[in-house]
Amino acid sequence: MTDFTSLGVKAIRDGVAGGDFTAREVAESFNAAVAGAAELNAFIVTTPEHALAAADAADAARADGKAMGPMAGVPIGMKDLFATQGTQTTAASHILEGFTPEYESTVSQNLWNAGAGMLGKLNLDQFAMGSSNETSHFGNVSSPWRKEGTNSAMSPGGSSGGSSTAVAARIAPAATGTDTGGSIRQPAAFTGICGIKPTYGRCSRWGVVAFASSLDQAGPMARSVEDCAIMLGAMAGFDAKDATSLQMDVPDWEGALSSDLKGKKVGIPKEYRMDGTDEAILASWEQGKAWLKDAGAEIVDISLPHTKYALPAYYIIAPAEASSNLARYDGVRYGLRDLPEGAGLQDMYAETRAAGFGDEVKRRILIGTYVLSAGFYDAYYTQAQKVRALVARDFEQAWVDCDLILAPTTPTASFPLGSLTDDPLTMYLNDVFAVPASLAGLPAMSVPAGLNPDGLPLGLQIVGKPFDEQTVLDAGLAIEQRAGFTNAPEKWW
Amino acid sequence: MSVDKQTVAKIASLARIKMGDDELEQMVPELNAILDWVEQLGEVDVTGIEPMSAVIPNALRLRDDVVDADPKTGGGKRDAVLANAPAAEHGFFGVPKVIE
Repeated sequence: MTDFTSLGVKAIRDGVAGGDFTAREVAESFNAAVAGAAELNAFIVTTPEHALAAADAADAARADGKAMGPMAGVPIGMKDLFATQGTQTTAASHILEGFTPEYESTVSQNLWNAGAGMLGKLNLDQFAMGSSNETSHFGNVSSPWRKEGTNSAMSPGGSSGGSSTAVAARIAPAATGTDTGGSIRQPAAFTGICGIKPTYGRCSRWGVVAFASSLDQAGPMARSVEDCAIMLGAMAGFDAKDATSLQMDVPDWEGALSSDLKGKKVGIPKEYRMDGTDEAILASWEQGKAWLKDAGAEIVDISLPHTKYALPAYYIIAPAEASSNLARYDGVRYGLRDLPEGAGLQDMYAETRAAGFGDEVKRRILIGTYVLSAGFYDAYYTQAQKVRALVARDFEQAWVDCDLILAPTTPTASFPLGSLTDDPLTMYLNDVFAVPASLAGLPAMSVPAGLNPDGLPLGLQIVGKPFDEQTVLDAGLAIEQRAGFTNAPEKWW
Repeated sequence: MSVDKQTVAKIASLARIKMGDDELEQMVPELNAILDWVEQLGEVDVTGIEPMSAVIPNALRLRDDVVDADPKTGGGKRDAVLANAPAAEHGFFGVPKVIE
């Protein structure tokens, strides 16, 4: 059997459409790779039959001379936050274990309509709350990468850690992710792949397990910028079932992709030069500037004065929304029910939620409940919302002087699993560079820049104006072409 | 501001999460570390700033006032709605007795 697992989205789609190989061969190849990578724990459930059925449909469409979708014949991984009809959907929580949706999320349906198939449901931090993939009820995900000369298991980032691991390990050509405060970009950076969070509202939230609704946004994770452009085009689009869905046409991002940045100004925010940022990260940032300059862009210094306050504002707003969203898990309508002998309704709620939620989820629900409670609402929640307005205004003012912003994706490279679990605050700092764009709803992408001295991947982040995913992708392509990042983790699983 | 064990117990009760003494004890310093850290937001001058709840300018849409405008979210789906219920009975969600 030929091994197709080194191929990405575009190569598979074009190869299937051109008759170089069949979609079935590709699906079989990836199904086998998934089955052989159980040690990574990237998948919660696998669905080889779904991938094969979509492949057979793509092969049949080609044989009949029918139109092929933009993802026809491409088997992908689906983050287990998207409701998939007939396939367990858990958000990596015990409270949803066994939940089998009667409906399909809009984003996953869009992907199936585009011809993609599903390899399985990918592991994640529980309810997408985490930056290391250590809060899942179904166990930690291991990054396929290891520090040079060591054997310790490294974090694939989070919350889309199953997605990042699957794509980096070549057991899926691409995967869906969701990003509330960095959950696509940080794992992409940790594993040497690309990932883009589009403008808030581009991808429908309908059928996506809710974390913080004013921030949640889906996006693609893949090994090339072009693959991200193709997959984002398939995922995005107006959906009347999501009140915050953008009523706008989806541009042809793939067709318009160009690494020529002549006439574009790239802003370098001085506040992102923080104490304690890794030397290798700062060096990659300098390198990124040189690459974008080489692509024709002009580099300008900018200021985003409220950067420092973005993360603490996020850790009020996101838990507040989560405490409200997660009130629905009550043991009545779906998921777990824990009803001790003789217990009443209130006891059932409290027992069910105690047994069903993990520690980090409980911590965030409690924080959220506290900051929304009478007497503290204005001091915490309203203040955080005002700071959020200032963070967004910083970006609006920056767009007077530049077209996009270049920054590191994370303050450090990946870390060993278990090394930060006792210290929630240090863990939260992983997202210090990612959260500002989330609070402002802006499109933002991470692309691989290179390896640090330990042999671990580093990412560069590009942030764009609202609705301008194109310039973000174009700059990503310019970096990708110059970085020439082709490194893959050595297979140990 | 900081929380003590009694306050955490009160929040946990509001959030309907049962917590034992050990869990409450453990949660107190963790929550306080987070609350101490977010305290820095108080430094920011927010005079005249409106709190932001929606980030991308977007108007709420109205749909036609018709029954089952979208078949996926319309009515007539009792069995599908109950399919994942831990205790569905006679076409309803079953819960423990609430009236003595």
